[in-house]
Amino acid sequence: MARNMLKEAPNRLGMSRLARHKKTLVLLTMVAPAAIWLLLLRYLPMGGIVLAFKDYKVNPRNPSFFSNLIHSKWVGWKNFRFIFKNNMAAIALRNTVLYNLAFIILGIIIPVAFAIMMNELTHKFVPKAYQTLMFFPYFLSWVVVSYFLYAFISSQYGLITAAQRDAGEAVTNWYKNTGPWPYIIVFAKMWKDVGYTTMLYLSTITGIDSTQFEAAAIDGASKWQQTLYVTIPNLRTMIAILFIMNIGKIFNADFGLFWNVPMNDGALLNVTEVVDTWIYRIFTTTNNIGQSTAVGLIQNVASFICIIGANAFVKKIDEDSSMF
Amino acid sequence: MSRKHKAFRGNSVSVGTEAVFHVILCVFAICCIIPFIFVIIISLSSEESIRNIGYSFVPQTWTLENYRYAFQKMPQIWRSFFNSVYITVLGTVISTFMCALYSYALYRPDFKYRRFFTFFSFFTMIFSGGLVPTFVISRQILGLGENYAALIVPLLVSPFNIIVMRTFFMSSVPLELVEAARIDGAGEYATLFRIVAPIAKPGIATIALLNALAYWNDWFQSLLFIHSAKQLQPLQALLMEIQKNAEYLNKMAGQLGAAAIMEASKMPSQSLRMVLVVMIVLPIACAYPFFQRYIVSGLTVGSVKG
Repeated sequence: MARNMLKEAPNRLGMSRLARHKKTLVLLTMVAPAAIWLLLLRYLPMGGIVLAFKDYKVNPRNPSFFSNLIHSKWVGWKNFRFIFKNNMAAIALRNTVLYNLAFIILGIIIPVAFAIMMNELTHKFVPKAYQTLMFFPYFLSWVVVSYFLYAFISSQYGLITAAQRDAGEAVTNWYKNTGPWPYIIVFAKMWKDVGYTTMLYLSTITGIDSTQFEAAAIDGASKWQQTLYVTIPNLRTMIAILFIMNIGKIFNADFGLFWNVPMNDGALLNVTEVVDTWIYRIFTTTNNIGQSTAVGLIQNVASFICIIGANAFVKKIDEDSSMF
Repeated sequence: MSRKHKAFRGNSVSVGTEAVFHVILCVFAICCIIPFIFVIIISLSSEESIRNIGYSFVPQTWTLENYRYAFQKMPQIWRSFFNSVYITVLGTVISTFMCALYSYALYRPDFKYRRFFTFFSFFTMIFSGGLVPTFVISRQILGLGENYAALIVPLLVSPFNIIVMRTFFMSSVPLELVEAARIDGAGEYATLFRIVAPIAKPGIATIALLNALAYWNDWFQSLLFIHSAKQLQPLQALLMEIQKNAEYLNKMAGQLGAAAIMEASKMPSQSLRMVLVVMIVLPIACAYPFFQRYIVSGLTVGSVKG
């Protein structure tokens, strides 16, 4: 956070106290709309965390939210205990963390490599065209992406299915067969996001002072050595920032990816269920508000600790790269 | 590489290496656009062709029949298209406005509560009440559900956008200008809209585009909040509904009346989904060359200084 970037502006005009009060009031009316939104849609739900410790029941005599809340019994940690008895919990946790680790590692290696490659291309128009094409999937929704994939692997008419049929091979029933899905999921995520991250790294690389490379070249550094000792160190801040942001979100999955891309098929849950989809499933199928809130609470507390931890860690290594 | 060649190319990689780079990048770049082209082709394939040879880059017969069918026989598609446009336009205007106001106050170093409100929005990025409490409170206390508000309000504020916008103000608008405006007696609103906003136009355009994309691409709010009021569904939600329920297309045609049920048997159900996909992606693809530039500058600012 660049919170301290601006120094307090000196009060050069010597505004009167009244004028200062008025200015503060006017600025407060400016923050008001978004601040009220944040209060109602972000902070009020934080209060809703009490639902995790309640056996939420609709009060038939007065079914408004607050009366339901007051009349629901406190049940302590009961809503949390079910998690340890449910074997989907371990599966969802494993999938979330492993997929995120794969996304983080590949999400650094591939875009950094692409950005370095693009920077080495001697034409200027061609890399622009690559960049434009690669960036395109970032702007599509997962619903749309799920249909892009469906066109290739639909068990009835998909392109790959048809090719298999023509070649006389056994047709893979993609939406019922868990085997290929870890790869499909990782591929889909990379396909959608690599263009964006490449662009971020590339803009940092093009911002590097070219005299750094020239000096290295004069000292006899090969292109590979220049990459290792000039380019990569210059990308360090960017890598660190994206790394913290992603480690902080390691318990949060991209709901759209895991919900839409496997077409929400029950047969694939073993490899596609993640914490976020599991919460939604508990909530919609059992309508158990207490239990689904409890899972969400654990997830959010874990993420919070991760973000603070990752930030502190980066701060220790490199003060300037930390987020806050 | 010969020495002569090396000298000619200066401090660059060898021709061979560059060729390899080109191949790798080119293959990936084509991968990124091919599925969209494929879906367009499927939407132009006749139903018999799909039944015979499946989805193919070279269908047996090309046809516009799928589009004609979608536009003539399926009023819900028009309705959903209208919903998508309506939600996107209204949502983008309101959210960009709210973001500009909030960011402007945070940009002012002499705003007394600047630190508090910076933290107030930032904290929601690192901690939240979670999906279920947010849903329950939105639904039961704020009355979001089965109405347009449910599709617009939940996406109005994004702390990330606030950071991007504030950074944009800080890097492009010198504080002296704000002070000069104050000396001239301009109020805060006049300063923002007449002086700061015109200078920070690229930043505001970026935020507006991000918001527009968020609304156009949103399906999650419909999944949460729209259950019975199907007439409010945007295109994305309609497409998901079809995915969830293969019979949904038939039902949609069924709404037209008894005569249409006969018609339904002729329905090009396989290619119709792809018509919907094209209807969603085509507007983005057409606007893409124009907005890409803004997004690049905006996101770079936001992520570096965030």
